[in-house]
Amino acid sequence: MLGFGADLLWADMNRLLAFLFHQGVLDEQFLQLQQLQDEASPNFVSEVVNIYFHESEKLLNNLRGLLMERELSDYKKMGIHLNQFMGSSSSIGAKRVTNICVAFRAATDQSNRAGCLRALEMLEHEYCYLKNKLHELFQIEQQRALVAGVRYPVQNQ
Amino acid sequence: MGMAAAESQFHVLAVDDSIIDRKLIERLLRTSSYQVTTVDSGSKALEFLGLRENENTNPSTPSVSPNNNHQEVEVNLVITDYCMPGMTGYDLLKKIKESSSLRNIPVVIMSSENVPSRISRCLEEGAEEFFLKPVRLSDLNKLKPHMKKTKSKEQRQVTAEEIENSQVLQHQTQQILQNDQQQAPKPQDPQPDSESRPQQTIEQQQQSLQQANNNKRKTMEQGLSPETDRTRPRYSGIATVV
Repeated sequence: MLGFGADLLWADMNRLLAFLFHQGVLDEQFLQLQQLQDEASPNFVSEVVNIYFHESEKLLNNLRGLLMERELSDYKKMGIHLNQFMGSSSSIGAKRVTNICVAFRAATDQSNRAGCLRALEMLEHEYCYLKNKLHELFQIEQQRALVAGVRYPVQNQ
Repeated sequence: MGMAAAESQFHVLAVDDSIIDRKLIERLLRTSSYQVTTVDSGSKALEFLGLRENENTNPSTPSVSPNNNHQEVEVNLVITDYCMPGMTGYDLLKKIKESSSLRNIPVVIMSSENVPSRISRCLEEGAEEFFLKPVRLSDLNKLKPHMKKTKSKEQRQVTAEEIENSQVLQHQTQQILQNDQQQAPKPQDPQPDSESRPQQTIEQQQQSLQQANNNKRKTMEQGLSPETDRTRPRYSGIATVV
């Protein structure tokens, strides 16, 4: 019965992953991250992703601050933040977020304020969506680990 | 650490200003059984390597004078991001190659952008490889031959240039391998382990070096399009929704 539950959760997780891949929210790089997780580093993916969330929120705040400035917006600085955001998003496989960063950066290169505002909105929206989905994924994984742990008690030495 | 040539634990110094990329590269390197030290800037990298701008040695840091060949902390490879504030990866590469004590350490550059001029500049300056980010486990397989090069200068190991230039050596190696296989039919591992015989290592080095050279070219060919292709089109079939 419990084993059955673990299998269901596994199926849930895979379904969510497949969905996210299909939507282009995540790409192959996320799989690479998962492959790096093992007994030696059992929480690797969530650790990296949590660092990513922390960094991203700082960057988004900075970007919003720079764009909202009454006087001349510092497009160059925005570009630097975007490079960072782009790099880290690409490193965890957040494909859609990365793509919006590319468009956003193009707008900063042209000092296109309206374009930047639009891009920022899209970026915030996309990032929010990603964060929610990844939280969902981690929740399922945690549940699965719990259930699997109950099913497979400590192995005999 | 590293005195016994058989069980080689290579030490890699990874340089990247992005904390996520540092975490990633560290995990990738550890998974590949390398010892890893990460730093977040080029200047810290040089400090760690024992080379300082003003050449004064600080007693509190584990650095040695640049004239000393035996570094306290032996580094077999430096892998660095290109785009970093202050000292770029290219600047770091130059400094290492200009230093008499450090120039033999192989350097690999990573970059999230595929810019052909950047790539060729780095390779010309002496970088062994240029990896596009995000770096993958398969990329790291190309590192071992470069590290073996510096580690065992005393041994009868062949360097990349010699392999490329010498057809004769290739032929001899194949002959040795044939004889070797007759004696002990061991399946070829992708990674040479501690009991690897010199001949096996040379052939695998050849293969990885050939692959490395092909991929170096491949990287440059990929970058010929006018726009900087930010995302590598690796996952075909996925609808890109922006």
